[in-house]
Amino acid sequence: MPEEPLIVLRGVNKHFGRLHVLKDIELTVGRGEVVVVIGPSGSGKSTLCRAINRLEPVESGTITVDGQPLPAEGRALAKLRADVGMVFQSFNLFAHRTVLDNVMLAPLKVRRHGKAEAERKARELLDRVGLTAQADKLPAQLSGGQQQRVAIARALAMDPKAMLFDEPTSALDPEMINEVLEVMQQLAEEGMTMVVVTHEMGFARSAADRVVFMADGEIIEDRVPEDFFTDPRTDRARDFLSKILHH
Amino acid sequence: MNVLTDNFSLYGKGLWGTVQLTLLAGALALAVGVLIAGFRVSPVKALRVFGTAWVTVLRNTPLTLLFFAVLLGLPRFGVVLPFMVFAVLALGAYTSAFICEAVRAGINTVPLGQGEAARSLGMTFTQTLSLVVLPQAARSVIPPIGSTLIALAKNSAIAGSFSVTELLGTYKPLNERGYGIVWTFVWIAVGYLIVTLTLAGVFGLLERKLGVAR
Repeated sequence: MPEEPLIVLRGVNKHFGRLHVLKDIELTVGRGEVVVVIGPSGSGKSTLCRAINRLEPVESGTITVDGQPLPAEGRALAKLRADVGMVFQSFNLFAHRTVLDNVMLAPLKVRRHGKAEAERKARELLDRVGLTAQADKLPAQLSGGQQQRVAIARALAMDPKAMLFDEPTSALDPEMINEVLEVMQQLAEEGMTMVVVTHEMGFARSAADRVVFMADGEIIEDRVPEDFFTDPRTDRARDFLSKILHH
Repeated sequence: MNVLTDNFSLYGKGLWGTVQLTLLAGALALAVGVLIAGFRVSPVKALRVFGTAWVTVLRNTPLTLLFFAVLLGLPRFGVVLPFMVFAVLALGAYTSAFICEAVRAGINTVPLGQGEAARSLGMTFTQTLSLVVLPQAARSVIPPIGSTLIALAKNSAIAGSFSVTELLGTYKPLNERGYGIVWTFVWIAVGYLIVTLTLAGVFGLLERKLGVAR
């Protein structure tokens, strides 16, 4: 661990019916670290990501964020979630509000910032993701890549301690993937703590500090990207890599 | 024909009574219905149970029986109010069960991801519901709520049997004064049409307005 731990999962278990989706998960993410989670579909990687801010409650084990165990449903949980940004596969922008309103809403209502301050910050963030011109449009009028960049700006508007990305580029047309990855790459370089579930191996190689490989609900490898990609230790990982890297 | 012109003020009072019942009970039903819909989707189990019980009891009780329960039941607990208020309570509570279910159907049309995104930003359940989910549910909820309020306008006729001045009840004095039954009821029907068609018009406008907003 290079830095003090920010997100710690200890002995985390979860079932969906009879399916054991998370098996005794142990994972520590240090402050400023970028951890990329990869693995075949159904391996539990999205569930792992969603468990960190309790969008998926777990059955056993502990999850702590910045030293604080995840509270049960209620105000304390809402407060913790405000500090952990999340970006979804399907963007989930608020469909009835403009791009600018999407970014401003939570700072106004959750952080209780003033309108002027929230708007200034929202415009700054939209500028950062290259979408100043789209501020007054509704989400449906934007391309997928643009929507996902707005979603990143919306999460950043809360000044999160960490960001969770749940397959942020999986619903995008190929030519829009890069514009989103570039924003994420930049965030990683600025020292944001990130947990990224993705199939983008290029991003994993270039931006990640560690790669976590999951299969059948277990973390099978947890290594530096270069080592993992050039010399996977397990057959399961070797098999997975051979299938996705050799087209 | 002159049953209307001769008794204009009687009809007028009846129509006004029906309009008042519809507006007051409608406002009560909307407020309570939305609240109970919130209960039914809440993370708190006790609220969900209460919401389900509310809807089950009120939706499955004949309205006349509910009128008896309110008019005869509440005074036993020392609650003595004008008949008009009792009628508004009975009609409002009854209709709220149907409003609740219409609102809940609307909530279910909003993709789950919208609520998840709101919660992931730190919004509380109430904020998620009022800022993100309900505004998006509104559009699909307008038509069934319109129907429910039209049903409420017509159901208000039952209040006439409980000494509340409303439109249908005007047939009794008119009958005693010897007017023909057919024309008496034709003009009563026209009165109801004025109320229900106005409601339909208002909700048509609302639907168009919210339709443009997306």
